[in-house]
Amino acid sequence: MDNKILFKPGHTACAGCAQSLAARLVIEAAGSNTIIANNTGCLEVFSTKFPDSAWNVPWIHSLFENCAAVASGIEAALIYLGKKDATNVIAQAGDGGTADIGLQALSGMLERGHDILYICYDNEAYMNTGVQRSGLTPFYTNTTTSPISARFPGNLRPKKPMPEIANAHGIPYVATASAGFPQDIQRKVKKALSIKGPKYMQIHVPCPLGWRHESGQTLAVAKLAVETGLYPLIEYENGKLSGARKFAQLKPVEEYLKAQGRFKHLLGDPESIKQIQAIADNNILKYNLKAEAQKSD
Amino acid sequence: MFGPLIVKPAKSKGSKTGSWRVKLRPEFLKKNCIGCKLCISVCPEACIQGKDKETIKINYEYCKGCGLCSVICPKSDILMLEEESKGDKK
Repeated sequence: MDNKILFKPGHTACAGCAQSLAARLVIEAAGSNTIIANNTGCLEVFSTKFPDSAWNVPWIHSLFENCAAVASGIEAALIYLGKKDATNVIAQAGDGGTADIGLQALSGMLERGHDILYICYDNEAYMNTGVQRSGLTPFYTNTTTSPISARFPGNLRPKKPMPEIANAHGIPYVATASAGFPQDIQRKVKKALSIKGPKYMQIHVPCPLGWRHESGQTLAVAKLAVETGLYPLIEYENGKLSGARKFAQLKPVEEYLKAQGRFKHLLGDPESIKQIQAIADNNILKYNLKAEAQKSD
Repeated sequence: MFGPLIVKPAKSKGSKTGSWRVKLRPEFLKKNCIGCKLCISVCPEACIQGKDKETIKINYEYCKGCGLCSVICPKSDILMLEEESKGDKK
């Protein structure tokens, strides 16, 4: 890590914003020889309020849909100039810009094999425009476009499996991380940047405004999502599952749900909680999140 | 003609976000600090700086008072105090 501050204070993120925390951890791990392409979203809005910029590295703002394409162009230009080996290219986007609007550009980037690390900051809705649901909004979440009603308890669709979609392109490295595990984020960014080829990383970043929890609870909520199995921390290398953070004792999903206002309507409804627990159980089985020592009973 | 549109990097010092703190401010007691720097690593604002436990301090011009440093501190050495309380005198 160099001594230069790469992400400066004075940006206008909300108090307790995990996205600003994750963005700082990522750029600190990547170092100053980095070029960032950033699409529209919270991160772009709060970090580069005109005429200021929090970034101490070259940074370019793209449209909502073409962050991956802009980064591809940067990478191609660096290869032409013969400077690619010394420079990291990072494309970063929110969950809407990755899973919904920017998916085709991302898919193209992964398929063409550009040497870029694509980072998706997953705060599970369009927080910048006022909490509208996105493709990565989890099951039964209360957002402004999936409100609770007598018939539907919030968002009716489960999260889009973005890590699996990225992995299906046959790229060398796919990982998920969480703001609740800061060292893990930095380890994965460093590992990703040491690999040549397209890399995809998805970081779970709680949003105190949209998830409706206290700003000081950000890290606790992020940790609970991982510890309940709802947001498994996994790594795919060359298409194969190579790592998952395991726990001896996984917590019931209710602990995660009751920490947030966006799931408050589910607390008196055991049937809905059972359905969400089923998603967590499925993850636990699929990624083998349970630590081996517990098997003895 | 496009000169003013190109912003110099790391020039975000214009927004003094410290005025966003409405109620509580973090206060370093510096009694039990072990210099683990967890508070530095989790500050979303990057406004905690310092090399060891003697020099770590918060820049209140930018601190928004989210309280993450207080929550993560393993020695409970960072307290969230009322903005006008006397804890900050010494």
